[in-house]
Amino acid sequence: MAGLRTGGLKRYYDVNGWLFIAPALALISIFLVYPIIRSLVLSFYSGKGMMMRFAGFGNIERLASDPVFLAALTNTVVFFVVQVPIMIMLALILASVLNNPDLRFKGFFRTAIFLPCVSSLVAYSVLFKSMFAVDGVVNSALVALGLVEVPIPWLTDPFWAKVLIILALTWRWTGYNMIFYLAALQNIDKSIYEAARIDGVPSWGRFLYITIPMLKPVILFTTIVSTIGTIQLFDEVYNLTEGRGGPANSTITLSLYIYNLTFRYMPSFGYAATISYVIVVMVAVLSFLQFYAARDRS
Amino acid sequence: MNPTRLAGNALQYVFLGIAAFLSVFPFIWMVIGATNTSIDIISGKTSFGSALAQNIATFLEQVDVPLVMWNSVKIAVLSTILTIAVSSLAGYGFEMFRSKLRDRIYALVLLTLFVPFAALMIPLFMMMGRAGLINTHIAIVLPTIASAFVIFYFRQATKAFPTELRDAAKVDGLKEWQIFLYIYLPVMRSTYAAAIVIVFMLNWNNYLWPLIVLQSNETKTITLVVSSLASAYYPDYGVVMIGTILATLPTLIVFFVMQRQFVQGMLGSVK
Repeated sequence: MAGLRTGGLKRYYDVNGWLFIAPALALISIFLVYPIIRSLVLSFYSGKGMMMRFAGFGNIERLASDPVFLAALTNTVVFFVVQVPIMIMLALILASVLNNPDLRFKGFFRTAIFLPCVSSLVAYSVLFKSMFAVDGVVNSALVALGLVEVPIPWLTDPFWAKVLIILALTWRWTGYNMIFYLAALQNIDKSIYEAARIDGVPSWGRFLYITIPMLKPVILFTTIVSTIGTIQLFDEVYNLTEGRGGPANSTITLSLYIYNLTFRYMPSFGYAATISYVIVVMVAVLSFLQFYAARDRS
Repeated sequence: MNPTRLAGNALQYVFLGIAAFLSVFPFIWMVIGATNTSIDIISGKTSFGSALAQNIATFLEQVDVPLVMWNSVKIAVLSTILTIAVSSLAGYGFEMFRSKLRDRIYALVLLTLFVPFAALMIPLFMMMGRAGLINTHIAIVLPTIASAFVIFYFRQATKAFPTELRDAAKVDGLKEWQIFLYIYLPVMRSTYAAAIVIVFMLNWNNYLWPLIVLQSNETKTITLVVSSLASAYYPDYGVVMIGTILATLPTLIVFFVMQRQFVQGMLGSVK
């Protein structure tokens, strides 16, 4: 009798458990699981528009000899290899300076540095485009400060266009990462720093040997999030370069190329899907590597 | 205090001062730019000008402002309400009704966090095309509702929900949905507030998917309008600035009014 009753109770719980998660599961199946599988299937087809035929690994072979794809892949890699470490380092330094208990105007500095996170990606890209015009405010300031002699062609030179994208990303996301580090720093016992200071460890030593090891899990988390974000970079490049990823494909990213292939010209759904799987594989491999690296050291 | 310590302190303020200035400057630039002509803006004028009225007039001429803002508000509010409802139910469900199978499903849900949108957009676009939903706001809202990130956020937060409350409610004869609605929801309101702020901002700023789906001027959001104004061959930057202000102001206001919830929501995922 008792067994029967708990059985009934268990089933009752079970139904409720499923009911609470059912709407989410249904939506995830339709709008996430199905499309990701469909993309994989599509990546084995080629053709324009709705006229598609099975192509086996044809699309993958095509990747190797597609200069635009190779440029997009290189740029995407350059963006996260250069930008993510700079930003993480900067955010860590800012957070540890802001964590100084004697610091005044802390709230003001924190809010100001966090503010870029509030701007939409499109709005800030457009603002940057106007600020980095050849005769624009940034070049004027650089010339006035004597840092450069001639204005930098931010938007028309392949090298400087990349630098601009990296600067823009760093502006937008440093404060975001900093907030994570500040929160994590609050959980570190202040006496550890005090003890190190009494032992004569200089501030950079405390940063290197206390702050960074203690924050390792958060650094890992933010690095993964930032890397995934940068691999998918689209909004900034699209709006800084009128959707072209120029000059001469110097800033085109994988996402932008997929967009162009699908929605700008006669759509190549299959080939674009293949490139989207390049992003999937990159995200998967890099996340795995970062987890692995962090586990290895501890 | 010794001289090097003092110098170190001064250096901190200089460093933070520069960082703060650079962080805030584009916002100031936006406001100053709205009062200047396009030529003044791209030649780096940093003082207020007298073109504000002209810029606003041109903007109103080129853009149906009430319609565009209504489109943005409608999409963001609808997406936010549905996302929060569906995801908080799921977060609560996954935590309160734990079973081996559901834990495995949860792990799969988390895996979708790593799925890049680029790998979804082509099938989603074809799907919406078949359903006749291209150029509709429903097509924007639907794929945003189920979010692994928000489900994760609510499940983590639910771990702090006192189970005694739930047990007491059960003794009082409340049904599961009543417990969720009348006990869980009010107790967790700060969790909800933080989630609402973040999800609203993400939806308000959403760009790539609306760019693909919304193809006529009648359905476009303010973000799309700003983007298209700025991508003209010779953009009128004074007018563009008015657009960026309209696009930025709502999230800026939400941020300043609800700063605590904002930060809490962003941090939610690492607690």
